[in-house]
Amino acid sequence: MTSSELLPALARLVAPERLLTRPGALAAYESDGLTAFRARPRAVVIAESQDEVIELVRLCHAARVPFMARGSGTSLSGGAVPVEDGIVIALNRLNRIVQFDPDRRVAVVEPGVVNLAISTTGAPFGLYYAPDPSSQSVCTIGGNVAFNSGGAHCFRHGMTANHVLGIKAVLADGAVVVLGGDSLEHTGPDLTSLFVGSEGLFGVALEITVRLVQRPSVYRTVLAAYATLQGAGDAVSRVIRSGLLPGAMEIMDRLAIAAAEAAVQAHYPADAAAVLIVELEGERPQVASEFERLMRILGESGATETRVAADEDERARIWKGRKSAFSAVGRLSPDFIVQDGVVPRARLGQALAEIEAMSARCGIRVANVFHAGDGNLHPLILYDGREPGAHDRAEELAAEIIRLCIRLGGSITGEHGVGLEKRRFLGEMYGEADLDCMRRLRDAMDPAGIANRGKKLGPGDETGFSHGLHPLERAGVISRS
Amino acid sequence: MTVLPQSIDALCAAVLAQPHVGVLGAGTKSGLAPAASDVIGLAALTGIVEHTPEECTFTALAGTPVAEIERRLLAHGQHLPFDPPFVDAGATIGGTVAAGLNGSCRLRFGSIRDFLIGARIVDGRGTVVRSGGTVVKNAAGFLLHQAMIGSLGRFGILADLTFKVFPRAEAYATIRAQVGSLGAALETIVAAQRGQFDLEAADIEGASTVWLRIGGFAESLAPRIESIRRTIGVSSDVLEGSSDEAAWHDAREMTWVPDGAILTRVPLTAPQVPRLDTVLAGRGASRRYALAGHVVWIAWPDTIERLSHALASLHLVGQVVRGPRGHALVGAIRDNEFGRRVASVMDPEGRFAP
Repeated sequence: MTSSELLPALARLVAPERLLTRPGALAAYESDGLTAFRARPRAVVIAESQDEVIELVRLCHAARVPFMARGSGTSLSGGAVPVEDGIVIALNRLNRIVQFDPDRRVAVVEPGVVNLAISTTGAPFGLYYAPDPSSQSVCTIGGNVAFNSGGAHCFRHGMTANHVLGIKAVLADGAVVVLGGDSLEHTGPDLTSLFVGSEGLFGVALEITVRLVQRPSVYRTVLAAYATLQGAGDAVSRVIRSGLLPGAMEIMDRLAIAAAEAAVQAHYPADAAAVLIVELEGERPQVASEFERLMRILGESGATETRVAADEDERARIWKGRKSAFSAVGRLSPDFIVQDGVVPRARLGQALAEIEAMSARCGIRVANVFHAGDGNLHPLILYDGREPGAHDRAEELAAEIIRLCIRLGGSITGEHGVGLEKRRFLGEMYGEADLDCMRRLRDAMDPAGIANRGKKLGPGDETGFSHGLHPLERAGVISRS
Repeated sequence: MTVLPQSIDALCAAVLAQPHVGVLGAGTKSGLAPAASDVIGLAALTGIVEHTPEECTFTALAGTPVAEIERRLLAHGQHLPFDPPFVDAGATIGGTVAAGLNGSCRLRFGSIRDFLIGARIVDGRGTVVRSGGTVVKNAAGFLLHQAMIGSLGRFGILADLTFKVFPRAEAYATIRAQVGSLGAALETIVAAQRGQFDLEAADIEGASTVWLRIGGFAESLAPRIESIRRTIGVSSDVLEGSSDEAAWHDAREMTWVPDGAILTRVPLTAPQVPRLDTVLAGRGASRRYALAGHVVWIAWPDTIERLSHALASLHLVGQVVRGPRGHALVGAIRDNEFGRRVASVMDPEGRFAP
């Protein structure tokens, strides 16, 4: 099949209303949650069944036309930006929960199922799906699998890879494989984990078996305010050293607090330089003992104020402030870049101080919201894209922060993935032999080089992609102001 | 011939020296030992390279005994939450990962895949490949190090490994209940799980003794134990301190396995347990179900062919941990195209092929 024969073949496969080719219809698919990159696909196919996805992949392979599988397009690394003139396979309608077994604590879901929908289904049984990215009310499991998504509770519960037991997938050349199973244990290599985080380069997950976690009998959520960001960072080290194992430890700095307050009125202390959220979870007697120790540690750590969520509503409000921080920062600045490098937890204070100095040096505001328990930073670099050169200056600062993470022995990304955005840094974190192995793994799964081409292992230059506002923002449909 | 490289460079050279090589750690898992005549032993590639207690991470060379790692961690109130087996027998950290073995007390916090954060691997071309890193969260690259878990050396040889660890609980206690039947045992475990208890382990020994373990601050254990006993509603006794430790030490070292039996590990799910148990009881096999029915350890008294046949008839796959070599996996083994492609990348010349 030639490239030009692909569109007619797609038209024979799906109904006309599920094959989008007009520029107006394609606009919504040009970009993702990063908004800094966009590309125009040749067509978007709205798939409705696993068999259709398999057939679409086989057609693209036969025609040697690149494709990208897309969920809700919330990627923060440009991972869901289409390949120029390629095909977008939209998976949102593959949203069946195929199996939900509360006694065995597993669910089998299709890739278009929204992350939070699994926990909602599990709620009557006291079960939930642990990975909780801030976008969990819209992002899909397929995307979570592709990017090994994290969330606020990774400190104790791990990332997506730790919660996926099995995957049925179509590889980029059309072969269908089944990895893992539905037991917590497994024989043979853990190939399921290798598929997770492959950023769409190996193929498309069609069915995902996830484990469900029991909701703890009690949560204790504490908000502690600090006069300095460093103070909050040091408190995290104290908690870790003490042997406590909280479900989550999160920090927000002054700028992020102000943004969250303006957006959702989370009632955070207005004058704090930083707030630390620590959440304990488990059986009541154990959490009672942990809580006593935690309050003592926070007292010794110089917290200027501590607040304890009295009920589920107050807990929800604390988390709402934290989870809305990214979108809230949009109120402070017309544009921002979010980074998600990781540093060793013991060097958190040093990393924050260096970021603050960099920010002051180049006169660009940086808001910090991060998963402190994991050392996973989320500096939000604020700029106004209408100012000439502002985006490039923000990018330079972002690069400096990424290199800082590498220098401190960390990672260029904790949970957002490499995508388009961090391709040029992968080679600074890994050696040539490591990268060569990654490329050969990709080639083995995708001999034609068509699956989400250009992401993760692509060339570092940005040919074929352009910066700018989200197409819907440009069209005046959505706004961040 | 067995060579014992003393450095990662020497390990690379040893891989290239022969067209076909097998790998051996301390040899605690006889069924998984290589059948190849040329064997690379990892006993000399040993030592904890780095341990940062406040970071809750460590890196160790693959031949390091798990016991050495546990001693070091314990001095800082930390442990390996996946409860590796055969520690006293001398198991190495590399062998534990390559075999993919977790113990009973991994129910609460997870298995090797939840704690392995990076590794250096010598591939079939004698090249050192690094995957993952040394920080607890990392989405850069592929999770190739995770694919090494349970790979039995097919993709390469682990040279060093980096883990995150957790604080060890201050104290533990165990409830032991004789419930009379397998059905009652499974129901007891379901009742305990529905009760939202944070169980460290939930095992069924034989077909009717339920073992439930919890851990935490010493002062919290008594009320939690009472609460669990009330919920499960069957007669039980409680093991604390050294008797609790001894019970789980015996589970970890598999002291219940009779001499000469083939020790096999079979992942499954709780609904598959009753049918399998009927077969095992019929053959007089000792067995221990762990992880609330997600895995069973079988001491098979008969031939490996009959074991394989029995598992295949139930669509189960077993890993022969101790027994005759050359049959690492038995039962309903399925070919895996994805795994074959990974092997073609990591070991293009088939040096590590069984």
